[in-house]
Amino acid sequence: MTTPISLLRTVALLAACVSVMPDVALADRGRLLATGGATQLEGAAGGGLVPWAVLSGYATRDGYGATAYATRVEVDDYALDSGGVAFTARNRIEVSIARQRFHLGTLGDALGMPGATISQDIVGAKLRLAGDAIYTPWPQLSLGVQHKKNRDFGVPSAVGARDDHGTDVYLAATKVFLGGAGGYNLLVNGTLRSTEANQLGILGFGGDRGGRRVVGEASVAVLVDPSLAFGVEYRQKPDHLAFAREDAFRDVFVAWFPNKHLAAVAAWADLGSVATLDDQRGWYLSLQASL
Amino acid sequence: MNAPNRLVLFTLAIVLTLAGCATPRPAPTLYEQFGAEPGLAALVDDLLERFADDPRVGVKFANTNIPRFRRLFIEHLCQIMDGPCTYTGDRLEEAHRGLSIDEGTFNAVVEHLIDAMDAQRIPTRAQNRLIAKLAAMRKDVIYK
Repeated sequence: MTTPISLLRTVALLAACVSVMPDVALADRGRLLATGGATQLEGAAGGGLVPWAVLSGYATRDGYGATAYATRVEVDDYALDSGGVAFTARNRIEVSIARQRFHLGTLGDALGMPGATISQDIVGAKLRLAGDAIYTPWPQLSLGVQHKKNRDFGVPSAVGARDDHGTDVYLAATKVFLGGAGGYNLLVNGTLRSTEANQLGILGFGGDRGGRRVVGEASVAVLVDPSLAFGVEYRQKPDHLAFAREDAFRDVFVAWFPNKHLAAVAAWADLGSVATLDDQRGWYLSLQASL
Repeated sequence: MNAPNRLVLFTLAIVLTLAGCATPRPAPTLYEQFGAEPGLAALVDDLLERFADDPRVGVKFANTNIPRFRRLFIEHLCQIMDGPCTYTGDRLEEAHRGLSIDEGTFNAVVEHLIDAMDAQRIPTRAQNRLIAKLAAMRKDVIYK
C-alpha cells in the first residue's frame, strides 16, 4: 500500500502558499471560525463525505476567499487521494476543482495490475440560494453541481459503466443550532443528490442496472468549543453495476479549526463493499488551508 | 456489530443525550451564570478594551459617549439574560443607524465577545445561550 507522502507533500505546499500570502488584500476572513467547513471528497465545502450548504473559506458578502485541501482515505484493500482548490465570491458562489486518485490495491494485484490507479477530475460550483447557517432562523440552502470526468475508463468500462463522465446536482441545507445540543452548538446538514456516479465516479457513470437516481446524505456534528467538532456522516450511493454491490459511505469524525487558515479532519470511515471487496474500513485524514 | 457501527451509534447516543438533558435540574439563570451585575460589568469592561484595540471595531465608536454606552450595554445584556433590569436605550436599529456595520465587523465583535467571555471564565454552554440571543438581533444591527 502506498504511503501518504503525496498528502504530506501537498499539505506542505499548501502551508507554504498560505504563509507567503497571509494578507492578500482580496482575502476576507469576516465569517466566524469553522463556518467554511472542511472540504469533502469531491472538493466542495462540507464535512468529509458530504457537501454542505456553507461556502468554502471565510469570505462574507463583502469579499473573496480561497481554500486548498488534501485528503487521504486508507481502507483495508484500497486508498483514495483527493486534492484541489476552491474559490468563493461574496459568500454567494463557490467554484472548485479537484482530482481524485484511487489506488486499486488488492484488487489491482488480483487483476494483474499491481500499483494501478484510477483518476478522476471534478469541477464543482455551489450557489448559496438563501439563509445563513448561523444567523437566520431557517437553514442555509445551496444548490451545487459536480461535473466529473474519469481519466482511466478501462476498468470502469470493463465492469459495465456506461459513461466516463457525469454530472451530480445537489441541494444542501445546513443549520447551526446555537446551544442546540444540551448547550453546545449543533450542526445539522442534509443533502439530496441526483447522480449517475458509481463509487463517486471512480467506476464510471451509469451501468447495467440503471442510470441517474437521487440519494440522501446527512451530517450531524457537535461543537464542544468554537474550534473543535465531533460528528457523524452518512452518504447513500447508487448501486448500478451488476458485478459488485455498492454500499453507503459513513464515518465518525473529529474536526479541528485552530485558526482561520487551517482545518484538520480525522475520521474512521466505513465504505462498505467496494468493487467486490466487502467491509472496506479505515482512516480518513484531511487538511485544508484557507487564505 | 462491527466497530464503525458501534462508533456511529456511540456518537449518536452522546449527541442525543446532550440534546436531551438540557435542564436536568433547576439551572441557574443566564444572568446568574454571568455573575449578575458585577460579572456583566467586568465582561463589558473587558470587551470595551478589546473594541478599542481593534481599529475595525473601534472606529464605530468615534462619536460614542462611552460611559453611556457602557451603562446601556450592561442594561441590555442584563435584560436579555432575564436579569432584574430594563433597557432604557434606543431600539437597536436606531442605535446602529448610519454606522454601516458590515457582516465582518459584526462577526469581529462576536469573536471579541467570545474571547472576553473566555477571559471571564464563562462556561461554553452559557456563552452559547447568550450568543443565540444576540444572533437573532443581527438583522437589526448590520448594514443600517
